[in-house]
Amino acid sequence: MDTLKIADKTFTSRLFTGTGKFSSSQLMQEAILASESELVTVALKRVDVENESDDILQYLKAASINLLPNTSGVRRAKEAVFAAELAREALQTNWIKLEIHPDPKYLLPDPIETLEAAEALVKLGFVVMPYVHADPVLCKRLEEVGVQCVMPLGAPIGSNKGIKTLDFLEIIIEQSNVPVIVDAGIGAPSHAAHAMELGADAVLVNTAIAVSQNPKQMGIAFKKAVEAGRMAYNAKLAPVKKQAEASSPLTSFLNL
Amino acid sequence: MSFLTVFETYDWDTLEQEIYNVTEDEVAAILQKEKITLKDFKALIAPAAKPFIEQMAQRSNQLTKKRFGNTIQMYIPMYLSNECQNICTYCGFSLTNKIRRKTLSDAEILKEAAHIKSLGYDHILLVTGEANKTVGVAYIKHAIELIKSNFSNISIEVQPLGQEEYEQLIEAGLYAVLVYQETYHRTAYKTHHPKGKKSNFEYRLDTPDRLGKAGIHKIGLGALFGLEDWRVDSFFTALHLKYLQKTYWKTKYSISFPRLRPHQGDVEPKVEMTDADLVQLICAYRLLDEDVELSLSTRESERFRNHSVHLGITSMSAESKTNPGGYSVEPESLEQFEISDERSTATIEQMIQSQGYEVVWKDWFNR
Repeated sequence: MDTLKIADKTFTSRLFTGTGKFSSSQLMQEAILASESELVTVALKRVDVENESDDILQYLKAASINLLPNTSGVRRAKEAVFAAELAREALQTNWIKLEIHPDPKYLLPDPIETLEAAEALVKLGFVVMPYVHADPVLCKRLEEVGVQCVMPLGAPIGSNKGIKTLDFLEIIIEQSNVPVIVDAGIGAPSHAAHAMELGADAVLVNTAIAVSQNPKQMGIAFKKAVEAGRMAYNAKLAPVKKQAEASSPLTSFLNL
Repeated sequence: MSFLTVFETYDWDTLEQEIYNVTEDEVAAILQKEKITLKDFKALIAPAAKPFIEQMAQRSNQLTKKRFGNTIQMYIPMYLSNECQNICTYCGFSLTNKIRRKTLSDAEILKEAAHIKSLGYDHILLVTGEANKTVGVAYIKHAIELIKSNFSNISIEVQPLGQEEYEQLIEAGLYAVLVYQETYHRTAYKTHHPKGKKSNFEYRLDTPDRLGKAGIHKIGLGALFGLEDWRVDSFFTALHLKYLQKTYWKTKYSISFPRLRPHQGDVEPKVEMTDADLVQLICAYRLLDEDVELSLSTRESERFRNHSVHLGITSMSAESKTNPGGYSVEPESLEQFEISDERSTATIEQMIQSQGYEVVWKDWFNR
């Protein structure tokens, strides 16, 4: 079985999902279950820690689902650490998706604050999954401070544009010693398959499923695409050639 | 450098002429574009864009869903005081209006907060008039501290303050500040604000700059529609928004669309803004900016609010009281203005859900 291991957990599904933007918690639950995703990220700011009947959490109780709280909304490293500690207490998990995007417009991650927070959180015993630019050097720096995976973006978050950072993702995948999860910009199952074919260890998809006319069907479509992409990666894609290879005009005289 | 410098490079009358001279062909061409600029926005709010309103609404709906998903954020105002040293021709709290003045005590604030909390709200907007001696920064800060443990997200709509004062309030737990210019027409502004600190147009205009420098999370902008031509005022609001986004890039922005409502006082709207105009404007803002929050209050009618869910609006209030103590302490006291949509919070929640949208109560965590 081609499973994915991150820290102490083993995942059968390489499709990670999110909880935002759905038109109801019911639809969210149906879509996530249909996608068979085993790791589901939820913004801590949306969770009502003091309210046990909090809507979102009620719908995420299936045994197959591991919760991955995220720090969305914070702008600085110290705020991220605070949010992570709050999440650990509220949700009883030391897993944290580290998101620091001080720019509320494009939600682009701040590399400097992210590295600083990652280092602190690892020391505090968290399993840190940082959302970052497709920056190969930053990914290595994060690996050095002890993160359990890296989550580079394929395109601006929520943009549904697909794998726009292709060249850099290829370098990251080539160099990484920790799992690489393509996190943002995946707008269609074909994009997810593309990322998996490149050798990404998993993808995280939210908007494309949540905002679809039929989130449940789209969840299934992504599941299949991720599986297909992974299978193709394992089977090794035939090389892409720029031109047809005919005879050997330069060396045929050798009669080899 | 502040917005004033940018503002002064524009001329109201020239802009007005440009907006009213836009042709339908120009609008059609702009709607083919992927990126809408500020110049394009001018055309989208023009009378010439009226025939394209359905097309704009479709696009606004799609863009909003992409960015905000199928969700509407809920908030509610809590009026702390109606004491005011300003004369504003359109406001029930205006200094010269003979009404009983009231500022909530600690116990009253807590009582109102508990009532609001019981309705389900987690995002609250504190509102006051401008009376610096009784309702100054110290009072506002104290109010924030009093209710902080009850609400995840606290905003204010109060008199403009200085940068350091804002820093104090942010430290105390403030998330956002709403400060509407009312009108960007300098002369009309003076006419409508003849007395009090509010009559200083420039100080108010540069308030968002002070907020940006203080590092606030969110700034709410807007003009009060009815005072002057809504199209020109909206262009200036958009100009203000774009300037702020570039300058204070870590801050979020929201736009509100208050239309003048009946109130205790004497001014009638000078310029009528129809429902169709307001829809056009909401959509134009969304086309200009995919990420800006667009907020619609209970000033608007039930019917309009029902439909607005699909048009680009991202946050709503419900059951609002515009008098201090209006929820539980003194329900009968005089309102700042009459709201239009008086339906209960539960009814609004159902209305939103029935249209396939999720109601979001909590989207922040207070430290």
